Amino acid sequence: MSKFDTKDVEKVAHLARLQLDDADVPGYAQSMTSILDLIEQMQAVDTKAVEPMAHPLDATQRLRADIVTETNEREKLQTLAPATEAGLYLVPQVIE
Amino acid sequence: MHTKTIAELSSMLHSKKITSVELTEHFLQRIKQHDGELNSFVTVTDELAMQQAKAADAQFADGSAGPLTGIPFAHKDIFCTDGVKTTCGSKMLDNFIAPYDATVTEKLKAAGMVMLGKTNMDEFAMGSSNETSYYGPVKNPWDTKKVPGGSSGGAVASVAAGLAPCSTGTDTGGSIRQPAAYTALTGIKPTYGRVSRWGMIAFASSLDQAGPIAHTAEDAAMLLNAMSGFDEKDSTSVEEPVPDFTAALNDSLEGVKIGLPKEYFSDQLNPDIAALVKTAATELEKLGATLHEISLPNCELAIPAYYVVAPTECSANLSRYDGVRYGYRCDDPKDLTDLYKRSRGEGFGKEVKRRLMIGTYVSSAGYYDAYYLQAQKLRRLIRNDFVEAFKKVDIILGPTAPDTAFNIGEKNDDPISMYLSDVYTAATNLAGLPGMSSPCGFIEGMPVGLQLTGNYFDESRMLNVAHQYQKVTDFHQQCPKEFK
Repeated sequence: MSKFDTKDVEKVAHLARLQLDDADVPGYAQSMTSILDLIEQMQAVDTKAVEPMAHPLDATQRLRADIVTETNEREKLQTLAPATEAGLYLVPQVIE
Repeated sequence: MHTKTIAELSSMLHSKKITSVELTEHFLQRIKQHDGELNSFVTVTDELAMQQAKAADAQFADGSAGPLTGIPFAHKDIFCTDGVKTTCGSKMLDNFIAPYDATVTEKLKAAGMVMLGKTNMDEFAMGSSNETSYYGPVKNPWDTKKVPGGSSGGAVASVAAGLAPCSTGTDTGGSIRQPAAYTALTGIKPTYGRVSRWGMIAFASSLDQAGPIAHTAEDAAMLLNAMSGFDEKDSTSVEEPVPDFTAALNDSLEGVKIGLPKEYFSDQLNPDIAALVKTAATELEKLGATLHEISLPNCELAIPAYYVVAPTECSANLSRYDGVRYGYRCDDPKDLTDLYKRSRGEGFGKEVKRRLMIGTYVSSAGYYDAYYLQAQKLRRLIRNDFVEAFKKVDIILGPTAPDTAFNIGEKNDDPISMYLSDVYTAATNLAGLPGMSSPCGFIEGMPVGLQLTGNYFDESRMLNVAHQYQKVTDFHQQCPKEFK
């Protein structure tokens, strides 16, 4: 069945932007292999004629009028940020 | 006072036998006395609770009190609470104070309820044992060596131990019903879209639903009345009229058709639980209901489909935690990628990281059709099974979980066996149906729950059946000895 090795874990961890402890990687490879095996059971079912289900009640996305409903709460929201300056969020330098 | 139902407490408050301040002080004292052992609260909001209790007493004085006014409750730490820390059980949100109230929070406030605090939970609701919490495991009051179930572990432990008369929970694959079963409580996961998800921290958006946890079906009905209703702020909220869920509690079960899915009573199920659920079915038959064997042929696909849908959706939902706008940020990031990777790597626990990676993998380019699309097709097959079943019966009865609560630490190295504790509950979420757990017995001192599944928006029928069953049984009245 599907074998998920440590290289696969490192690749997907990067895609998910997760830094892992090196010591945890083999454990993830093992548990993710067994989870993917569990998921693999789905492939036994022929679903060619089945419509995917996006919503249990087949509801469609509700739309609202295109008008401003939210007030600007920049200051309140930025009090939650790890680092801000002059109303901007600070991150490490991106452009040299 | 801590062994009384909400219905009883409400009538004591209305007849002025007690005040909300007295009641709130009593429960805050219980929390002080016992929660060191259980770890069911992340935050206790004693000052706020006393303010709310005083406001409730003022409502009794001026005659504006409603059925839930002055009743204390424990709020799962997944619901945003303006000005009070909301952690979702994660280091990522250890310092997060929500700038607004969730709709559920708002509604319970408007009903006059008193918030005692925020309860411990599996990190981002990912877990079935409450062991993935950054704040440590919660103990089961029935045996403190055992897990309370999860993810709403603190929610059930606090109520089972009499530290709160009721609590809120959320259920993505069984997170209200399985812990309720493990602690002899009544818990309900409403129809998808019945209760607003706005301000409830998202795990898997197409599966998440909030619901009440209490001792009795009557209490659960009273709470569901306050929690339900259309909310334009939640794009998947359904515009469906909300009945008074207490109105049908006393209806006769004469002629009610109860279906027992034959697939639920397989080798996977502890035979003693099978026997207790069948005894419960016989009790319901004595009350006038008729029993029918039914089949849900695709139900064994629920767990595989669930472990595609839930991780895929959580990997999208949790991408918002980037160490930039709010939440945990690592020290001294050397560039933007390092900031993202270390903030997320250090801020999330092991199980959350595992699910994020599964979700990222199955939704990556080239795999979408084989996994997510296939899972969404299986959801339709699972739903169709239920739709067929509800042509023949009014309600479905089965076990809530395949076994009683397991030992703390027992399943930590084996995620699959942990996942399988939701084998009977996850299908309900995939189909969007309402489900509930009600106590139906004990095995070696540990509680067992039965699960009722209703048709879409037919929570009233489930509550009716559970209430009638609770009138002729006393499992829901049992309390763990050490916390009397």
